[in-house]
Amino acid sequence: MAVQHEKRVFGYPSSLTDAPFHYCPGCTHGIAHRLVAEAIDDLRLKEHTVGVASVGCSVFTYNYFNCDMQQASHGRAPAVATGIKRVSPETIVFTYQGDGDLASIGTAEIIHAAARGENITVIFINNTNFGMTGGQMAPTTLPGQKTTTTPLGRDVKKAGYPLRVCELLSALDGPAYLARVSLHSPKEVLRAKKAIRKAFETQVAGAGFSLVEVLSTCPTNWGLPPKKALEYLRDEVAKYYPLGEFRDGPREVEACSTR
Amino acid sequence: MLARVVVNSERCKGCQICCFTCPKNILQLSTETNSKGYNPVYVQFPQKCTGCALCALMCPDVALEVWK
Repeated sequence: MAVQHEKRVFGYPSSLTDAPFHYCPGCTHGIAHRLVAEAIDDLRLKEHTVGVASVGCSVFTYNYFNCDMQQASHGRAPAVATGIKRVSPETIVFTYQGDGDLASIGTAEIIHAAARGENITVIFINNTNFGMTGGQMAPTTLPGQKTTTTPLGRDVKKAGYPLRVCELLSALDGPAYLARVSLHSPKEVLRAKKAIRKAFETQVAGAGFSLVEVLSTCPTNWGLPPKKALEYLRDEVAKYYPLGEFRDGPREVEACSTR
Repeated sequence: MLARVVVNSERCKGCQICCFTCPKNILQLSTETNSKGYNPVYVQFPQKCTGCALCALMCPDVALEVWK
């Protein structure tokens, strides 16, 4: 009888270093890291990928990804990624940014990088607050959500309404791939994996700007245990931010006639 | 063929997402602590594991490895 060897059905991706994550217990940043690393592994891009870390909880991504990394100042990761990509077009460039970085101080950079159709991939982690600094209100905080700077819940009359980044960018002609995914269940994690892989494939094909918004939990600052945080993500956050693909494939725009 | 889950106790932070994700409820929180002071999970009923890898899929710290 032939000896059957056991196979590894799930293992550690080679695009992650051995450094243990500094994230709080139950924070889904780690899942997003793994999905990005798996996409880089699957497409065999590790040797010519450069990542750009942002400011926030995700600042230490340069310790965790096993590829070349650069660190950008607050919100400016798409601008730095643009520079890297234009100097070295054959390099695969991705940024990994949180919502306090991308949707707040970096709104100008992300909108213009998308409008220019820069051939970069942006992984946007939306956990509806500023995680690293102690859970202050971010532009993405849900109406009525309690944070340390909105202890009675976000009052939309004072603080305005949340920013839906995917819908915002889908008004532009530049982006080639826009998707919003969530990490609240195994099914959604698999969908997120597909979307992140597709975003990298878009860049490899040279089609243009790609962004994946990943809805994520922040158990510590939401004041919820990991299980309740995942339920809050499913019941409240994913309801306010509808999931799905907002752009799939570059948009053809005809140039106007010359006079 | 038997399946098994290998827990990297040093990476595990005891968030228990794997415990309630597992359809067979075979993972439990240990009473021991790792070097960071967390209680890592351990496999309580290894013979019940089907190797579906849902625990590893949801693990935020990539602390689980699944063999089948």
